[in-house]
Amino acid sequence: MRGMRDFLGRWSGVLVLLALWMALTLMTPRFLTPSNLLNVALQSSILAVVALGMTLTIISGGIDLSVGSVVALTGALTAGLMIRNGWPVGGAILAGLGAGLALGLLNGALVVYGRLVPFIATLSTMAIARGLTLVYTRGYPISGLPEAFTFLGTGEVFGIPMPVLLMGAVALGISLLLNRTPWGLHLYAVGGGEDLAWLSGVRVNRVKGLVYGMSGLLAGLGGILLTARLWSAQPNVGVGLELEAIAASVLGGASLSGGYGSVGGTLVGALVMGTVGNGLNLLEIPSYHQQIIKGLVFILAVGLDRLLKTGPWPARSIPVRRRGTS
Amino acid sequence: MRARSFWPLLMVLVLIAGACAPATPAAPGATATPAAAQPKEIVLGLSLSTLNNPFFVTLKEGAEKAAAQYGVRLIVVDAQDDPAKEAANIEDLIQKKVSALLINPTDTKAVVPSIQKANQAGIPVFTVDRAAEGGEIVSHIASDNVAGGRMAAEFLCKALNGKGKVVELEGIPGTSAARDRGKGFNDYLKEQCPGLEVIARQPADFNRAKGLQVFENILQAQPQIDGVFAHNDEMVLGAIQAAEAAGRTGIIFVGFDAIDDAVKAVKEGKLAATVAQQPAEMGRLAVEMAVKYLRGEKVEKFIPVPLSLVTKETVK
Repeated sequence: MRGMRDFLGRWSGVLVLLALWMALTLMTPRFLTPSNLLNVALQSSILAVVALGMTLTIISGGIDLSVGSVVALTGALTAGLMIRNGWPVGGAILAGLGAGLALGLLNGALVVYGRLVPFIATLSTMAIARGLTLVYTRGYPISGLPEAFTFLGTGEVFGIPMPVLLMGAVALGISLLLNRTPWGLHLYAVGGGEDLAWLSGVRVNRVKGLVYGMSGLLAGLGGILLTARLWSAQPNVGVGLELEAIAASVLGGASLSGGYGSVGGTLVGALVMGTVGNGLNLLEIPSYHQQIIKGLVFILAVGLDRLLKTGPWPARSIPVRRRGTS
Repeated sequence: MRARSFWPLLMVLVLIAGACAPATPAAPGATATPAAAQPKEIVLGLSLSTLNNPFFVTLKEGAEKAAAQYGVRLIVVDAQDDPAKEAANIEDLIQKKVSALLINPTDTKAVVPSIQKANQAGIPVFTVDRAAEGGEIVSHIASDNVAGGRMAAEFLCKALNGKGKVVELEGIPGTSAARDRGKGFNDYLKEQCPGLEVIARQPADFNRAKGLQVFENILQAQPQIDGVFAHNDEMVLGAIQAAEAAGRTGIIFVGFDAIDDAVKAVKEGKLAATVAQQPAEMGRLAVEMAVKYLRGEKVEKFIPVPLSLVTKETVK
């Protein structure tokens, strides 16, 4: 019984995803085809990259609402430097990533030194970054991007879309960071309880500051990938992306009160989000109804996840916090 | 209620709901039988920029009606004005292997990679209302702005009995709407109504404040003005304000687009007429052209959608 419970707790996210896939396979022949599964992966990939950054902030007990706006700003900046200022592709990408990192570190500074609640700090930078995007683009898209750049969004290597490959690389990197470095341990410790972590010698401020920097950096990468995918920087992209990223993290088992969250879980969460969007279109659900069903599916998915974790059988009175697996 | 009993209960409820739900998705499954009998069932995918704007909701309804008439299946997806969602929606329709795609792009540029994907998959693409800047397009279905400009000129000519001094307020220079509306207007005057003289022609960028300001200056310069045609309603409403402020009466104003404020102004008698686009007709023509093309008929590169004139007599 205990083995079963551990198994379900550990793989609940994957089981939810499989249940969803099974249901869709039964309902439409178009779902379970290699090309559609790649399609789902592609549609989830940019969200996954952004959501992995979000997961880090959530593990630390915080949140980053600015990611959607940072996606728009870094995309616009990268495209603008190439088109307006004639920067080379590599330089523009580095500048875009740098801008994302800088905005993230600004969030971190506001949280750590400004003592603002993360929700408020990042809500403010969300507005600022969106405004900067509109000022910089004057509300117009920036296009005419070189092929070396758009390859990142629409290119394929061995039949696998570039954003999916990059998502894999990012996931691997963050996974190593969380599970194989002291920093990862410190992050979970901070999320579990800042005071205790501080008493144990963890440099809480540094960990928290860096978490927002990482989130900004990954949002920057998301913005670059999205710009490459649309062959143009659009000033109005990424609106509401922060909520999707939070949803993906939570579907993946992250806890908004901090201390929990994992790379694998968030990837699965992003895939659930992508699958639902794709599935509703394949099932030809009218767009107004889609939003209702989406809301219901998320309640169901998170609920099923919790049910599999705690079970209808007696729950442990004190949940054991296990690093990197939930 | 203990949290533990809440979730199982919800699961059971949802499973029951789920068991009833397939009633809707089963509908396409039911049509699978006639589809097997007739090897070529036509399925059209319509990707709209937004369904949060009455114009596009009406367009969708026009398309749905036409699809029902032709007996083809229509799948409608809504990008909610988000180019990223649009890309995903179109990818899903390509996965669905629709017979043709009718795309109303959120942005003329961001839609290009999606159109190229459809091209690669061998799915013919039609654009509706807004054009795309790349990819292979069978046909573009949009309002006939040239005809709209002629319509405005014809109305003004009749209202002024073929004689008088008129002002043209132009849209943003270089945009297709400004170019086409102006061309239709001026061509008609030249050919059919030489008695109307355009005494001033200035851009006011489709903007109400600019329309007000530009027309203020024109009022200063021109002691006699009988009529005004503006390339959109915003500019004409600004011009009406300027005329009221200056106490100039007896000017016949004609706008374009039939926005709510303009229709109100027509009812109040301040605005003589405005040219209205017909989104339902646009949706209908889009479906008709796609069906024709798929049945092997030739389809023109540009399908103009007729416009209508809103005046005090026709206003609802």
